[in-house]
Amino acid sequence: MEAFARLYAELDETTSTRAKLAALKRYFNAVPADDAAWAAYFLAGGRPRMAVPSKLMRETATAAAGLPPWLFEECHLAVGDFAETVAHVLPPLVAPTQAGLAQWMRERVLPLRGLASETVAASLRDDWQQLDWQGRFLFGKLCSGNLRVGVSRSLVTRALAELASIDSKLVAQRLIGYTGADRTPTGDEFRALLAPPGQHERAGGRPYPFFLARPLVDPVATLGSPDDWLVEWKWDGIRAQLVRRDAATYVWSRGDELITERFPEVQALGDTLPDGTVLDGEIVALDGGDVAPFSLLATRIGRKRLSPKILAAAPVAYVAYDILEADGIDLRDVAQFARRERLAAVAAPLDPVRLRLSPLVERTDWDAYAELRLQSRSRGVEGFMLKRRDAAYGVGRTGNAWWKWKVDPMTVDAVVVYAQRGHGRRASLYTDYTFAVWDARSGTRTLTPFAKAYSGLSDEEIAAVDRIVRKTTIEKFGPVRSVTPTLVFELAFEGIQRSARHKSGIAVRFPRIVRWRTDKGVDEADTIEALQALLR
Amino acid sequence: MDLIVLDAHGLYCPAGDFHIDPWRPVERAVLTHAHADHARAGSGSYLAADASRAVLAVRLPGIRLDTLRYGERVTHNGVGVSLHPAGHVLGSAQVRVEHRGEVWVVSGDYKLEADPTCAPFEAIRCDAFVTESTFGLPIYRWREPRAVIDEIATWWQRNADEQRTSVLYCYAFGKAQRIAAELQAAGALATGTLACHGAMMSLNGAYRAAGVGLPEVRHASDMDGDELRRALVLAPPSAAGTPWLRRFGEFGDAFASGWMQVRGARRRRALDRGFALSDHADWPGLNAAIAATGARRVIVTHGQVPVMVRWLTECGVNAEGFATEFAAEGEPESLPAADAAAG
Repeated sequence: MEAFARLYAELDETTSTRAKLAALKRYFNAVPADDAAWAAYFLAGGRPRMAVPSKLMRETATAAAGLPPWLFEECHLAVGDFAETVAHVLPPLVAPTQAGLAQWMRERVLPLRGLASETVAASLRDDWQQLDWQGRFLFGKLCSGNLRVGVSRSLVTRALAELASIDSKLVAQRLIGYTGADRTPTGDEFRALLAPPGQHERAGGRPYPFFLARPLVDPVATLGSPDDWLVEWKWDGIRAQLVRRDAATYVWSRGDELITERFPEVQALGDTLPDGTVLDGEIVALDGGDVAPFSLLATRIGRKRLSPKILAAAPVAYVAYDILEADGIDLRDVAQFARRERLAAVAAPLDPVRLRLSPLVERTDWDAYAELRLQSRSRGVEGFMLKRRDAAYGVGRTGNAWWKWKVDPMTVDAVVVYAQRGHGRRASLYTDYTFAVWDARSGTRTLTPFAKAYSGLSDEEIAAVDRIVRKTTIEKFGPVRSVTPTLVFELAFEGIQRSARHKSGIAVRFPRIVRWRTDKGVDEADTIEALQALLR
Repeated sequence: MDLIVLDAHGLYCPAGDFHIDPWRPVERAVLTHAHADHARAGSGSYLAADASRAVLAVRLPGIRLDTLRYGERVTHNGVGVSLHPAGHVLGSAQVRVEHRGEVWVVSGDYKLEADPTCAPFEAIRCDAFVTESTFGLPIYRWREPRAVIDEIATWWQRNADEQRTSVLYCYAFGKAQRIAAELQAAGALATGTLACHGAMMSLNGAYRAAGVGLPEVRHASDMDGDELRRALVLAPPSAAGTPWLRRFGEFGDAFASGWMQVRGARRRRALDRGFALSDHADWPGLNAAIAATGARRVIVTHGQVPVMVRWLTECGVNAEGFATEFAAEGEPESLPAADAAAG
């Protein structure tokens, strides 16, 4: 546990990718394969099921520390992280243990699941006596099944690949299924991750590097004649490659992350593709057969376990717009329009509900496209994608073959009326704000809240706003404070709808802070009428 | 009438007609220590511990200052006043006030851990104890200072091996000198040169003038690149993010403060490391100090006032709070921005 704790601390204490990579390689080199297997599991995003409910952990820790419950809550508020709070309040270490991560997981953490409360509590008290601060912190995270480490899966993949001197895509492929919830990774499995490439892995499920569009900044007319371009709507979903090879299906996200298990509908679709096929497209959520706003898809992001309820509430489909491989042959150098024809042929016999071809939008001049683009919001898309007819499929965000021509976000100037403390790194700062606009519908001019937003400010700005929030506090409600209105921010959002649930009568989508309008007084903020005008 | 009350200027002793650590100018001020939130300019005359004379000469030059040796007693308007070591920084004192057989003690800031740069905290029996509460939450439990110093030394060594300057933020008065002395005692100075920001030079001088043994601490501005790459540079937190840091090229940074106990406090400052080394009492320290006074009444000031008051009350102690204007007041989670208050 000590070696893993040291690795965790090293990763926690640096933002340098190089330093993280070095720490990972040092660790994997130094520890027994059994421990490395578990570390790779956690670092790559594996989450075991919760072994100890947090309520039981909290009650046991509070009792062991001799604290009243309210005082534990005060501590939790100050720290922001539950496992860290537990580690801080417990009495000092009694007798340290040399047990490694694998032994802790197999013998102390996983067996706790489902045991009687008294048995778990006794076991926890015993475990805590053998761990120092860092060990207790991690132990708490392991018991909750909620350990998050400050590295990306792709960085772990890279570290393992460099360690074994093999292609990182091969490691990524081998990590398929390695991080499932009910798994207990073994030393042999870890060694298999690092093994030299075997023959059957030659093609494997590996995707192609994604070709990324660049934002169109110049006027669209600079692209020349629209006849040279294929125009599609820009779908607001999750970019993904659908790979079918050797009778297996792989769904890869843009971050080279395998998301096959998270989208069983897309996997099922992939299973119907001919062997040696790779499609490029977008996973979207469906609402009654139509492509739904991203907010519905968002309910599935990050979920590893999919309940039937979620699958029914947010079914997904795959909007295909490119084909990169057919009959096992790399098509990336084939011209865009020809790939498009090939894609249509491949898609024709397949389920039209699960697989949709991104339709081509055909107009005769750019002005007509520009006018049509204004409908983007009502169509639930982000604007247009422009793809040069004769271009090959590129690598990364390069060249001038793919452009995204997005609609501008809507913006208003709004006033902060409530502030709430953040979480984790920002647990002690007021980072989440509730915004209001002027509203005279009741006869008197008051501020009506309509949105909450927390992103978009620099650390310096957050610190400055935090100071103002503390100075202008009217009332405290737990972690929330109401403030005297003084702060005006420009708020951007992607969509706006009527809402009976909100006092303002509207709900906005993806609100985010664009900038702090220090030049504007509270009286100059926007009105509810300005928001209503954005509703069509 | 209480022996110590709160008025608009600060803690006030009506019977003796003097203030303790006033935040607005008064006629007579008794100082617990020379940190800026406790020792402010503008009062008519000052009384402080003898050991703080040199530091006060730097911090508040030109004041009318009388000093007392620890334990020495003077009587003013029939009120006996004496100063006793608080263990916080050089010259820090608890103020003991006695009138008609009743004894009150104002703690100022204090810690119970050993510190080579100042006299150790002394528990004073009293009827009422006015205590600080900067770290008055059970999450604050300090480790052995030596263990933290060893971590700092290891961090420094690793940076030096990689030819990278180690910039260690710490409060200019108290923490910087303590770290210098502790590193020397731990035999850690072979790693490279110990240096500091200019703001600390005069305080180091004051410590030496007061007879505190400090190792050589060079002025970082006088050093060249090669030497700096193996150096540990002590810098006030206010130096973070300033152009002064550019001279170091690539450097590792860390903050030595009790606030660093919580990961979030370090992470939102985007520091490489945080070392929880404090000149304030931790939770067990506060409770031990309060118990050792035998006081039947406890008044909690700056820090975790509501929490400490409720905790003590539930423990059967007659406790209440004073809303003072010392640093950390009311906002346990806020980090002091500059070196005004020692963490």
